Amino acid sequence: MSDQGKYRPLSYFQLMEVTLRELLVEKGLLTEEQVQCEVEEMRARSPERGARVVAKAWVDSQFKSRLLKDATMACEELGLEIPALKLVAVENTPGVHNAIVCTLCSCYPRVLLGLPPDWYKSRNYRSRMVREPRAVLAEFGLLIDKNTQIRVHDSTADMRYMVLPMRPAGTEGWSEERLAALVSRDCMIGVALPKSPG
Amino acid sequence: MVQARFKPGDRVRVMQAYPVGHVRTPHYIRGHTGEIERLCGSFANPEELAQMRSGLPAQPLYRVRFVQREVWPDYKGSPQDVLEVEIFQHWLEAA
Repeated sequence: MSDQGKYRPLSYFQLMEVTLRELLVEKGLLTEEQVQCEVEEMRARSPERGARVVAKAWVDSQFKSRLLKDATMACEELGLEIPALKLVAVENTPGVHNAIVCTLCSCYPRVLLGLPPDWYKSRNYRSRMVREPRAVLAEFGLLIDKNTQIRVHDSTADMRYMVLPMRPAGTEGWSEERLAALVSRDCMIGVALPKSPG
Repeated sequence: MVQARFKPGDRVRVMQAYPVGHVRTPHYIRGHTGEIERLCGSFANPEELAQMRSGLPAQPLYRVRFVQREVWPDYKGSPQDVLEVEIFQHWLEAA
């Protein structure tokens, strides 16, 4: 750990978290074990979950239709519980590129992608992604053809979004595991494309 | 539950109102006109939830599709680029 041994006083929000947690435990509303369990569950979620969903959709067209119709139910088929929120999968096609942002805060499909990257929560990304998506994507190294429509999804309320990227050419006959390895977190946010094979 | 008043394809305008409190309608989209993409379902009203009230009856929530050039007159991308935003029914009026 790079910050080991360096003393830093708690920030305002860290102090608030500690205070609130200790109060909840003291009042018997939560136990330390429950808090620890939740933290571990949160850390266990990673983009590999989302990549599994994408790979499955690439090899199974019926699953893909169900995913696009109701992503919450489709993910539950794979044993992924989507608590409370509704998940919407948006499909990239040769004519349409999708990207996701939450301008109000940082709503993110944590259940499929884990914790959001810091840039996703930055004011820069949140304000510019709806205003000049092509310029923002170019900064990620992604140049979208001018004849391709860009659809930016502002995740403002109860839905959570994931982008279903296009399957790269040259992956015919690949297993789901092999395909899943091509799918990064960023392709499911819509700021990158899956790696090409080879 | 409040009855859904709009269906996919309907033209709607986002109300240009600035109430205080926790509102999940972004400022930049207020006053703009778009098209209903889909009804997402009905959800407790976040403005009420933030005040520790029930948020019921649940309000229909829509995805509304806006053309970027309409939202930002100096938008530099393609004229077909769009923006989709989730908006609760009580923020929408027929356009």
